[in-house]
Formats: sequence, structure tokens, C-alpha cells
Amino acid sequence: MIVAYLLAGVLFIRALGALSKQETARQGNVYAMIGMTVAGVITVVAWLLRHVSPSALSESLPESLSALPTASVVALGATVLVGSGIGVSLARRVEMTAMPELVAVLHSFVGLAAVLVGFASYLAPTAPTAGTEGERIVHLAEVWVGVAVGAITFTGSVVAWGKLKGTISGKPLLLPGRHLMNAILALLIIGLAGPFMLAEAPSAVLHLVLATTLAGLAGVHLVMAIGGADMPVVVSLLNSYSGWAAAAAGFMLANDLLIVTGALVGSSGTILSIIMCRAMNRSILNVVFGGFGTADSKPQSVVAPAGDVTEVKADEVAARLRDARSVIVVPGYGMAVSRAQLAVKELTALLRSRGVNVRFAIHPVAGRLPGHMNVLLAEAGVPYDIVHEMEHVNQDFAATDVVLVIGANDIVNPGALTDTSSSIYGMPVLEVWKARVTVVVKRGMAAGYAGVENPLFYIDNTRMLFGDAKKSLEAVIQALR
Amino acid sequence: MSSIVGIVKESFPGEKRVAISVQAVKAFRRSGLVVRVETAAGAAASQSDEALAAAGAEIVSNAWDADVVLKVRPPTLEEVSRLKHGAILVSLVYPDRNPGLIDALAARGATVIALEKIPRITRAQKMDVLSSMANLAGYRAVIEAAAHSQGFFGPQVTAAGSTPPAKVLVIGAGVAGLAALGAARALGAEVSAFDTRAAAREQVESLGGKFLTVALTESGEGQGGYAKGMSPEFIAAEMDLFRAQAKEVDVIITTALVPGSKAPLLLPRDVVEALKPGSLVVDMAAEQGGNCELCQPGAVVEHNGVKIIGFTDLASRMASTATRFFAMNLLNLLAEITVGDGVVIALDNEVIHPALLLYNGGPPPKMPPRPAAPPPHKRALPPPPTAKAQQQEIMRPTRIAWGTNLAGFFAIIAFFVLGRFAPAEFLRHSTVFVLACFVGWQVVWSVTPALHTPLMSVTNAISGIIIIGGILQVGTQLNAATIIGLIAVLLAAVNIAGGFFVTNRMLRMFHRDAPSGRKGGRQ
Repeated sequence: MIVAYLLAGVLFIRALGALSKQETARQGNVYAMIGMTVAGVITVVAWLLRHVSPSALSESLPESLSALPTASVVALGATVLVGSGIGVSLARRVEMTAMPELVAVLHSFVGLAAVLVGFASYLAPTAPTAGTEGERIVHLAEVWVGVAVGAITFTGSVVAWGKLKGTISGKPLLLPGRHLMNAILALLIIGLAGPFMLAEAPSAVLHLVLATTLAGLAGVHLVMAIGGADMPVVVSLLNSYSGWAAAAAGFMLANDLLIVTGALVGSSGTILSIIMCRAMNRSILNVVFGGFGTADSKPQSVVAPAGDVTEVKADEVAARLRDARSVIVVPGYGMAVSRAQLAVKELTALLRSRGVNVRFAIHPVAGRLPGHMNVLLAEAGVPYDIVHEMEHVNQDFAATDVVLVIGANDIVNPGALTDTSSSIYGMPVLEVWKARVTVVVKRGMAAGYAGVENPLFYIDNTRMLFGDAKKSLEAVIQALR
Repeated sequence: MSSIVGIVKESFPGEKRVAISVQAVKAFRRSGLVVRVETAAGAAASQSDEALAAAGAEIVSNAWDADVVLKVRPPTLEEVSRLKHGAILVSLVYPDRNPGLIDALAARGATVIALEKIPRITRAQKMDVLSSMANLAGYRAVIEAAAHSQGFFGPQVTAAGSTPPAKVLVIGAGVAGLAALGAARALGAEVSAFDTRAAAREQVESLGGKFLTVALTESGEGQGGYAKGMSPEFIAAEMDLFRAQAKEVDVIITTALVPGSKAPLLLPRDVVEALKPGSLVVDMAAEQGGNCELCQPGAVVEHNGVKIIGFTDLASRMASTATRFFAMNLLNLLAEITVGDGVVIALDNEVIHPALLLYNGGPPPKMPPRPAAPPPHKRALPPPPTAKAQQQEIMRPTRIAWGTNLAGFFAIIAFFVLGRFAPAEFLRHSTVFVLACFVGWQVVWSVTPALHTPLMSVTNAISGIIIIGGILQVGTQLNAATIIGLIAVLLAAVNIAGGFFVTNRMLRMFHRDAPSGRKGGRQ
């Protein structure tokens, strides 16, 4: 069993490693699936071994089969089948633009499962109540931690899902004294651990339920206070929490594979959060507790428009593209909102067929999920080798004829480099203004998520193409043909 | 009907210039105007009647009855009486030096454009006769000085002896002063110049002159490029400078004018007396009273061996070139007010309006407000190329090493403490946990950002490993733990299946640009 767990663990690590390149990414997914299967099968076998008396196993096969706890096996099998069925149908139907919601809802399942495992572990007759007092205490503490983290993950993910879906307003909900409330909740959850460990079984369950509720409240409150565009960070953070919850479950069940896998997922989510935060030049604490871009942060420098914008029509954009030799497209969340990725792909194919060097520049926080833009472009059929990260493509803007900014705003704001009073000052941005012409496809002059005025729009070689991204691009394609 | 432009002969004694040239006639004719020139009007300026007629002008005995009368000098009262009623007069006017002239013109119902009032703006430079004439006069002043001088201007070293270069002081570095400076330099003289306007220094030095200053600082910048009157202290300091210079220089050329008043006195008797015998003073301001106390307008006088030249017709002494320039200025001016083949005064013309002394015999109406010009295009500036984000490297694992190290340090201490109390089992699990964290940390940093979404969904699926926790809780009896365990298994199964499936779906979409086989990416 140890060997099987080791194998599964190694396969998971290889899976993550394989994701470092597009070429090997699909193998990675296969590794992970194999690992999961190995882990599942070996666990079921172990479970059978535990529930079937050794004497029955030594008999002939039919007899040992009859000795199986049939009801339990059927129940388990059915549950797995039903669950998988639901999972596959969810995954099959989800639109790529709705990926963030799916990821959030899956996180919530892990969180809830962790909570349930915690409860079950506490209630199960097999729980190691025996053993020394020290072991008992440690086990109870593990249950406590696992349940709390699981509950936060669960409710936090549900709220994040609601916000991403739009059923809950994307605006941060900032209750007065929310830092104090968070502190009180945290203290209560920790404080309840003492009575829980000392109490006798029946009332102790009540303590556990109470702690779960409090942790759930904390999860709701934390995520409610975070704005819509910080969701990439929140989703990655919840991703890491779901890992930590699994690891905590591993501790309480003394299961190394759970610990290893939980730790892998936990650190993966943490790294993604760090990357997202660096890309916005903010600390994780600032994202989680900051209530960014709202009344209680420092006054924003929303300067009145610093000049006039030059508006263009689709045919002029087409004319510029026709003359261009190199084009860089910068997609943002606006492209996802208006589902313009197919039009983008079509435009790309058209331009490339005419020998134009078309590339894409992706800012790390574009979209609502790390790597969201890449997935959307891939779905539309844009080859991944013309899609570049910010750090690789930023020095190429100067040699570019036309930059097409589609539904992006803060990630192309030159103020981030120069305006020390700007709330996004210091954030790395795509330096699109270095190109000969920058065409910004945008619905209107509204500020981006950060609420900061974007000087890019007023620069001499910037042209604004107002309107829905999809319709605008289709008009450009029409004019190009 | 096309307008008639009349060019009259100048009546001022000694004035040889005329307000027309052959070239201008041709241009007027091209725009459809009728040009009438009085007989022999341009004879003294090399614009013969024949040449003018050949260019399309009508030679007439009297051109005063034209619709537009062009002239150089201000008209006399007698001439005004010959002006057609309601005609347009374009000439120098100087109403304050010619009393009664305006009233007489008003009585004729005339519209008068005074050439001396053309604003000194860039657009009007090509119509500015004061500048074009001052340029000629400044040159001529030097030539006259050289003609009256008894020596060389440039240095000479000959077998019969040597002479040093003449020292020339130019006072007032306006158009005339600078022209004089240039001409004197060209003749080989050493030139220094003085001006109350600091801006003149650069212009003087650019022409190779030495710019003189007084210890006192006072800006002499006045309106329209003219100098303004200075304070008594400044004038005293100025005089001291001239007195000192007088002992050294051979030629002084004064060009100082202050608009609307008599020329300032720069060279009083004692300065002139300080000059060496044989020296020269050219007073270009003679017509406005002169900068030199001893100057007599229109004449050359001698005082203690110093000749003071007070010619008022310096430009006229170069009549041919002066006429061509003057006519070209007028041609440009008329182009402003010619509509088709007629001459119409546009009251909102920013060049013409300030020069309008009379409009149909009355004071010119106020300039109509121009339609508000659109505000200038305001633009934001792109950041300088050197602007850098604070965060240069986002994808670096160990950027803030000290934070990680500190956390690791505390973790080790925590384990140390735990090791004393916690069961061995827990420690073993903790070791596995920490190691797994490090492995995960190392592996995930290498994931390409483009695959962050698949990474998230695959880790999501993997975290469904909690299913084994659920399985382990399912017992053979139907109790709370079993039911809860089964629910956990259900949720985890959704997660695993959904996560893997959607990851696979996403990864299948990522494809290379295989068909064309070319590298679309960066070279």
C-alpha cells in the first residue's frame, strides 16, 4: 500500500511538472489520472482488507466474495459513479468563459468534503480514541484544523462562485469594523478548540458544529470583501486552501498520500496567488484584507480626463492593419465578456494569411483566472506559439506597427510606471504605447477595475474604437476583406 | 467689376521709391485687378513706364481716382483732396507727425491702412515694410559712413603702411542695427553693439558683434519687438558707457526708436566731443528727431572734425531694391484683402484690423469676435522609455528570500518544540508534509503562465484525493460516519471526474501552428 501511495504521489508531481510546457501538458493530465486511479483502487483494496475478516480471505474466492459487505460496496460504487457522472456532465457543458465559476464550485466541493471527512473521522468508531492522551489531543486538533480550513474553503468558494457568476455583486462588501470581526471570528474558532478537546463526546460535536459555522462565516465574510477583479487571486488562494484542507484530512487519517497531495495542491495555489499579486504589485494581505479601490483606501487620483481622445471607425482600423507588418493583440477581460475570441481568431487568421506577423501579449492578471486568456484563445483556435507572456513580449512593442487592445484597461496603463499617486503605481504593465499606433477597442471611456484614469487613451498615437468588442472586430474583418 | 489699384508718384522731395514693381504688376493682373500707374512714377526706382506697361499696367497721368491707392510716404493734404470718395489708401501714414491728415482722409470717406501699424507677428512679416526698409537703411547707413570716412573699414597691411580695422559702435540692435552690424562686419570693421533688450545679445553675437552691457540690469523689452523707455539711472549708466566708448570708436550708428514718441537722446554734445576728429556718427533716427543732439535731419554736419550724418532717405537711396521689396510687401498685404478680383476689407483679419486707421471715413468698428477656436488638442505624454515597473520579474520563485527563510526558521523551531511533546506518528507526517510542500513549490514555479488555468483545474482534480479519506470512513454499518463519508465520496468524485475532464478538454485546445509549419513566434 505504501508503494502504491508513493507511486501515486510521484505521478502527481510528474503531472504538475509536465504542465511546464504545452507539448507535455496533456501527458501530465494522464499521469494525474493514473495516479488518482492507483490511489483510489489501492484505497478500496485496503478498505476491503479492513472490513473483510482475514479468515474469509483465506477461503476460496466465491466464499470471500460472499463475505464482502455487499451493501457498503454497492453504496460506495454507486456514489462514485453518480459523482463522476455529475462531474463529467458539468465539465462537458461548461463554457470556457465560465471556467472560473467551475473552478470555484469544484473548490467548494473539496472544502465541503474535507469538513465531512473531519466529522466522519471524529464520529467514526474506528477513530483512534485509544492510545495515549497526547495522541488523542493531536488527533482532535487535526480534526479541528481540517474542519475549519475546509469550512472556510467551502463557503469562500461558494461566495467566489456567486461573484464570478454575477449572482452576487462583484463589488466588495465592506462592513464597518470588518477587521475586528475577522479577528473575533479567528479568536472564537481557536478558543473553542480547548473546550472541544476536553469535552465529552455528545457536547463536543456541538462544539465542532459551532466551529464549522464560525469558520464558514469567516469564509463568506472574507470573500465578500474582495472585489470582482481580484478574483484571480481569490480563486488561487481558495485553490491552495482546498489543498491545505486535504492535507489536514491526511493528518487526521494518518494518510501520507493525502498529505502529499494536499501539500502539492496547497503550494501550487499559493504560488499562483503570489504570481497574481506580484503582477498587480500588491501583497496578499492587501488583496485579502485591503478592500481595494474603495472608499476606505487612500483617495484615488481619478484625474479628470487629461485631454482628448482620437476616435476611429472600423474601416480606418482595417486600413492601418492592412499596412501593418507586425501586430500585437492585447486581450483583456472585455474580450471574454463580449465573447469576442472567435472574431479575434478570425482576424488573426486573415492577417496571417496576408503575411502579417500577429502575436498576442498576455498580462498575468488579464481575465478572472490565472491563464484565463490563454484558455480562451486556445479554445478559439489561436495557436499557442504566437501567444506570449508579458515578460517576453514587452520589449517588442517598439518594433510593432499596430497594437490592438481588446477590452483591457489597467494592464496597459502607462500611469502604473510614472504616476506615483496612482493606486496601480509600480504594477508591471504591457507597454503598448511604444508601438507606432495603438488601437483600443472598448465599450466606453469608463475606467478600469482599479478606478484609475488611463492616460494611454490620450496619447497622440492612440486610437479609440468604441463599441462592443465582438461587433467592432467583425466590422474590422468586414472592412479588411 | 474688378477693383482698380492706383499707384501714385511720390511727391516728397528726394523720395525715389514707388509702391509698385514690375513683378507686383504681374501678380496683381493675375488676380484680376486693374493696375494704373502714374507717368514716370517708378522712373527713379528702375521701374520704367515701358516695363510696367509691358507687365500689364495702364500708365495714366492721375491715379488718385483708383479704388485702392498705393503709396510709400504719407500723402499731403492736397493729394488727399484728389482721392476718390470712399477709396482705400494703403501707405505709411504717421498721423501724429502729420496733423490734419486723418481729418482730411475722413472727410473723403476713405478707408486707410497704415503700413507702420501692421502688427509684428510672424504671419505679417511678409507685409512688414518697416522691417524691409530698416534692413536696407541699416546697410545704407554703413555705406554712407564708409563713403564719408577717410580710412579703411577693414584692416590693411601694405608696403606703404598699416591701419587697424575701424571700430564701429551700433546703438540699438533692431532690424536696422543688425543690418548695419552685418554690413560693417562685411567691410572688415570691428563692431560692438548695445541694446536695452537682453534678447538682442544672441542676435548680435550671431552676427559676430560684441555685445556691450551696463552694470545695471533692467529689461528693456517693450511691445512688438521695440524697446521701451528706460529709467533715468539706466540712461545715466548708458551715457557713461557711450562716453567711454566714444574715446575708442571711429563710427557710431544710432538706431534707437521708441514707438509713438520722439527718438531718445543718446549722444549729447559732450559724447560727440569725446570722439576723435575724423570720426563719424550716423543718426538713423534723424527723421524722428535724432539720437544725436547735434544731428540735423537730411544733412551732414561737422562738429570739431566729427561728421554727423542725418540722412532721412537712407532706404530711398537704394530705390530700386527698396521699391521691389516695398511692392512685394504691399502685394502680400493686398492678397489678404483681395476676394476674387475685388478688394474687400475683412474686419476680422488679425493683420489688417490693427492697421486700419479709418474705415469708410470713420473709426474702424471693433473686430468682430472670432468664432471660438476649438481648444488645442490636449494630449497625454507617453511615459519616457526609461520608465520601469517596480516588479520586473513576476515568475521568480525566491524573490523575497528573507521572508521565506524566516518562515522556515520558525517552522524548524516549531518542529523542535513539537518533537518534545507530539507523538512520533505526527512528526513523521509533518516531515512528509514539509517535504511535499517543497517539492510542490519547486515543480509549480516551472509551470508556464499560459497553462495556469489547466494547472488550477488539474490540482483541483488532484485535491479530490480527499475521496480516499471519505472511503476510509465508510463502515459496514449504516451509521453517521458512513453516511457522511459517502457524501464526501460523492463530492470528491464530482471533483475528480469534473476536474480531469475539463483539464483534458482545455489541453486538447492548445495546439501549435502546425499546418503552415512556420514559426509565428518571435525570432
